[in-house]
Amino acid sequence: MNQRSSNLLDEALGLDQSIEPWPLRGRIVAIEDQVETSGSFVLHHILKRSLSPNSSNVSILIAFSQPFSHYDRVLRKLGCNLVTQRDNNRFFFFDMLMLQCPGGDEGISPECGLIALYGKIYKTIVALPEVSSKNVTIIIDDLSLMEVAANGSSDYVLDFMHYCRTLTTEFDCSLIALNHEDIYSSADRPTFLLQMEYLADILIKAEPLATGLASDVHGQLTVLNKGMNYRQGSSRNKISNFHFKVKENVVECFYPGSQG
Amino acid sequence: MAAAKTRTSSFSRNLSAAAPSQGPGLKCGPNGTVFLSSGISDLDKILGGGFPLGSLVMVMEDAEAPHHMLLLRNFMSQGLVHNQPLLYASPAIDPRGFLGTLPSPAASKDEKSHKHDPDQEKGLRIAWQYKKYFGESQLNFDGQRDGKHEYSNEFDLRKPLERHFLSAQRVDCVSIQDSPNLSALQDRSATFLSQYPRNDGSISCAGRIAIQSFSAPQCAYSNMEWDMLSFIRSLKSMVRSSNAVALITFPPSLLSPSFCKRWQHMADTLLSVKAIPDEDKELSQLLTGYQDMVGFLNVHKVARINTQVPVILDATTFSIKLQKRRKQSTNHHKNEKPSEMKNRIHPYCIVHKVVAYPSKPLGEPDRRWLLSYVKWESLRTQSNLLY
Repeated sequence: MNQRSSNLLDEALGLDQSIEPWPLRGRIVAIEDQVETSGSFVLHHILKRSLSPNSSNVSILIAFSQPFSHYDRVLRKLGCNLVTQRDNNRFFFFDMLMLQCPGGDEGISPECGLIALYGKIYKTIVALPEVSSKNVTIIIDDLSLMEVAANGSSDYVLDFMHYCRTLTTEFDCSLIALNHEDIYSSADRPTFLLQMEYLADILIKAEPLATGLASDVHGQLTVLNKGMNYRQGSSRNKISNFHFKVKENVVECFYPGSQG
Repeated sequence: MAAAKTRTSSFSRNLSAAAPSQGPGLKCGPNGTVFLSSGISDLDKILGGGFPLGSLVMVMEDAEAPHHMLLLRNFMSQGLVHNQPLLYASPAIDPRGFLGTLPSPAASKDEKSHKHDPDQEKGLRIAWQYKKYFGESQLNFDGQRDGKHEYSNEFDLRKPLERHFLSAQRVDCVSIQDSPNLSALQDRSATFLSQYPRNDGSISCAGRIAIQSFSAPQCAYSNMEWDMLSFIRSLKSMVRSSNAVALITFPPSLLSPSFCKRWQHMADTLLSVKAIPDEDKELSQLLTGYQDMVGFLNVHKVARINTQVPVILDATTFSIKLQKRRKQSTNHHKNEKPSEMKNRIHPYCIVHKVVAYPSKPLGEPDRRWLLSYVKWESLRTQSNLLY
């Protein structure tokens, strides 16, 4: 594992230096993608890194879009066995595929919906032994479906995100959330998206190439890392931009034109 | 698929591949998926085998042409021919009446022995060395046909489906016009899908759900955008955990842009159809086989279940043609009168890569117009034809 070849994505996220302590600790990562280019591979990548065998991180995956079997197969091909990690209490899977919050004000009652979900996350983190409770990664796949589950009440979802944000300060958790940028592109003031971008410490955008998709370049990633490396005197915001190709066992990242 | 199973080693044997025991009309795909046919064999090939079980297929309609019905009918007919249960929902008052318009499987196996259309041959000539690979995959495809049921049939669009396929009690029809909300449809789908739960054993039967013009304005709920979205989400979740495929067609123009995107994100496989203007002289000069084309089919997204790798097609725009094919050739067909010959041909749907093959050298404006009209990668790959 030591000679793990770091790639541009790891570099941009700051995962190339060390995995312990977890570099994303206390940070919020927002991933935005589009219909043509799915950004879920970034989730898988971070999940794999956080469950790396030489760290003690714990991951909580809140899945609105896919069943466990899907993640299990995908991660297994990346070299990470979720079933084993689940048995070792390093991976927690919350299946939210059928979660439906009742509409109107009933949804605000604490027994159901997103508040209950938050309670579940909180309990899971509190119940962890002390050593690992500092390195919890909460992954949400994805926010737009969470909005649907909340019957379109984006405020409700934003409240949930703010609650989760308190976890990042209270327990130094990291919070990773996927959302779809193009959903909001027609709105003149997409509050939900803008708020998420404001909250995020790292913003990752997955976009198709302007020239269309090709079999050797699947799209481009823009990673905005706010407040990285500032101790070393370099700029506070670091923007990385590169192309990627998603494979079963790895994501290849490279600068435009530098491939093959 | 491995939900209930706890395999601790990454190197355990792939059980689903080891025991390919499936019902008729099903085919093993990559990553432990199982395909069923869309009813159009060319489309199956484009999608890498068909629609995977557990996936949600969405078709964006063109308001000016009913080409989505072609996809819908073939999808439904193929299921009925394979004796797969069907749930059909439509905004019509009497959805069952629609079953009478389903096409019937046409050709026998022997007739399909001709595999390469002349067009296809032309395309292959450019890269002749790929021919052998092509032939191989085609062989695999035909291997499936040896059984009693073929994986995918050809449907004669003029011949209605025989009644005995319809009389099976496994066809359920719902009218979504009158219901004030979606709970009734949701319950029907839930009951339907609960009959085909996913487990790791053999798949004996797969269900199909076809929902036509889901957001049509005659439906009472058509202005409840979040409710529709939440129905689609729950349908997708239910389909994921069952051996079924759901196909929804919808007119995107009736949705707000933001919701239209949300719907597109929901789809595992996303297709759209487009009409071709009837007497477009410029276009007819640019595209080969223009006379036979009835519309364009765009493949926006191909389902990726159990994998993170996107499916990148070398072309995303295809032409829909109704090919008129002569029925089983007879010895005396040379002596036939033209009118008799006409009776012997039947239209069926094929999907083809769009080939631009201008009859005159293209000027710059023409080329730009062409590229914007058919804005697709297929043209890039064939750009050598344009210059």
